[in-house]
Amino acid sequence: MTEHAHPSEVITVENLVQTIGGQEILRGFSLKVYQGETLVLLGRSGGGKSVFLRHLIGLMQPVSGTVTVGQEVISGLQERELAKVRRSMGMLFQNGALFDSLTVADNVAFPLRERGETDESVVRAKVEEALQMVDLAGNEGKMPVNLSGGMRKRVALARALVNQPRCMLYDEPTAGLDPIVADSIDLLIRRLQRKLGVTSIVVTHDMKSTFTIADHVALLHEGRCYFYGTCDQLRASTDPVIRDFVEGRSHDEP
Amino acid sequence: MAPARYVGDLIFSFARYLGDLALLAGETMRGIFHGQVRPQLVVQQIYEVGFRSQLVVLITGAFTGAVFATQTYFQFHRLQMDTAVGPVVSVSMFRELGPVLCGLMVAGRVGAAMSAELGTMKVTEQLDALRALAVHPVDYLVVPRFLAMVISMPLLVAECIGVGILAAYLLTTQILGVSETYYVHNMLHFTGGRDVAMGLIKGMVFGVVIVFVSCHQGLNAREGAVGVGRATTEAVVIGSLFILVVNFFLTMALNIFFPAGK
Ligand SMILES: Nc1ncnc2c1ncn2[C@@H]1O[C@H](COP(=O)(O)OP(=O)(O)OP(=O)(O)O)[C@@H](O)[C@H]1O
Ligand SMILES: [Mg+2]
Repeated sequence: MTEHAHPSEVITVENLVQTIGGQEILRGFSLKVYQGETLVLLGRSGGGKSVFLRHLIGLMQPVSGTVTVGQEVISGLQERELAKVRRSMGMLFQNGALFDSLTVADNVAFPLRERGETDESVVRAKVEEALQMVDLAGNEGKMPVNLSGGMRKRVALARALVNQPRCMLYDEPTAGLDPIVADSIDLLIRRLQRKLGVTSIVVTHDMKSTFTIADHVALLHEGRCYFYGTCDQLRASTDPVIRDFVEGRSHDEP
Repeated sequence: MAPARYVGDLIFSFARYLGDLALLAGETMRGIFHGQVRPQLVVQQIYEVGFRSQLVVLITGAFTGAVFATQTYFQFHRLQMDTAVGPVVSVSMFRELGPVLCGLMVAGRVGAAMSAELGTMKVTEQLDALRALAVHPVDYLVVPRFLAMVISMPLLVAECIGVGILAAYLLTTQILGVSETYYVHNMLHFTGGRDVAMGLIKGMVFGVVIVFVSCHQGLNAREGAVGVGRATTEAVVIGSLFILVVNFFLTMALNIFFPAGK
C-alpha cells in the first residue's frame, strides 16, 4: 500500500452498522480516507453505497459505529451541530436533487447566498465559473425540469463545488453521461485534487473512470469492506468477486 | 380487552403526534431566535399565502354574511326585531364565523400547497440537499411560512369579516328594507373591541395550526407520489379538524378575557 504518501486521515469510518426496515444494509463497514486522495467506492447496485455516503455528511445516523471527519466524531451529533462540518464538504446526489423551484443559476448560487455572499456581481461571476467547469455555460435561466438527466447532474455538481469544499462526496458522477462529458468530469475531479487538494470519495460503476481517478479503491460487498487497495492491486486480484466487478464492466469500454 | 387496547394505542399515537408538532414548533422558534429569518422568503410566502388567498376568503366572507343575515332577518322579523340583525351578524362574524370559515378555507388552499411542496421536496431528496448544504430545512422552509401565516391570517380574517358584515348590511338595508340608521347604530352599540380582538387572535392561532400541521405532514412524507398525496390530504383533514376543536377551547378561554356582550 501507499500510506507513506498520505499523512493524515480526513474521514475515518469504524464498524458502521445500518439497518433500514429490518434489512441489514451495512454490517460493520470500516474505511479510512486520507487527505487529498481520491477514493473510489465500488459495489453492486442496491448494495448500500448511497446509504454509506449519506453517513459521511450526517444525513443518516448509524445504528452503531462511528464516523469521524477531521477531528470530529459526527455520528450522534444533532442536526444543528452538523452544520460546521457540512460547510467543509460537498455532496453530489445520485439524482442531482436540484431545487426544482429555482433556476439553474439560483441553484448554483444557493450555497453562496446561504453563506452570506450579498454582492450579486460576485455571485454571478462564481456561478458562471462553476457552470463553465461542468460545460453548461449559457443555461443559467433554465428550470431544472427542463434539463436532461445528465445536465441536471452537472448542475448539481456545480452547486456542490461552487463553495470549494475541502472534501467532496460524489454519488455516481458519470452515470448517465455521454463518454466525452464523463471523461471531462473525471478530469475535473483530478484537477480539483491536484490544484486545490480536495479529498474525494466517488461512488461509481464505471471501471474506466475508476482507473482514471482512483488513488485507492474500496469494494463494498454484503455490508462490509471486501477489498481495499490501489488500482494495480485491484487489477492484479484473483478473487472471483473482484474479478466479476473489474471484468463485468470491461466489455463496455471500447 | 381488545377495544381498550385499541383506544390506548390511539391515545398514545395522538399524544406522540402532538409531541411531534411541539418539537417542530420548538425548532421553528429556535430558528427564529437564532437569526435564521430570510426576509425575502417571508415576503414571498406572504404573497403566496396571504395575498393570493384573498379572493377565496372574500367570497367566503361575503356569502356567509349574506346568507346568515337573511336567515336571521326571517326569524327576527317575526318578532319585529329587524334592526337586531346588525349586531347578531357582526358579533357572530367577528367571534366565530369569520375566523373559523376563513381558517377552513386557508387550511384547504394553503395547507394543501404547503404539504405538497414540502412533501415533494422530501421524496426527491431536496430536503437532504438542503441539509448537506448546511441549511436546516425548518429554517429555510418552515420559518418563512410560519411568519407569513402569523402576519397574513389576522388580515385575511379581518377581510373576511369586513366583507361579511358589508354584504349583510347591503342585503338587509337595501333589499330587505331595514332602516339603515338603526341597523348601523345597533351594530356599533353591540360590537366592541373585545369581538375584534377575539376574531384576530383566533385567526392568528388557526394560522399557526395550519402551518405546523401542513409542514409536519410535508416534512414527513414518504414513498413517492402516493406519499405526497396522502400527506396533502391529511394536512387538510387534520388541519380543518384541529381548527374546529381548537376553536372550541379558544372560545372558552378567550371568553374569560373578552366576554361576549356587556
Ligand atoms: N429510505 C430507505 N428506505 C428503505 N430502504 C432503503 C432506503 N434507502 C435505501 N434503502 C435500501 O438500502 C439498500 C441500499 O441502497 P443504496 O441506495 O445505498 O444502494 P446503492 O449501492 O447506492 O445502489 P446503486 O448503485 O443502484 O445506487 C437498498 O436495498 C435499498 O432498498
Ligand atoms: Mg446509489
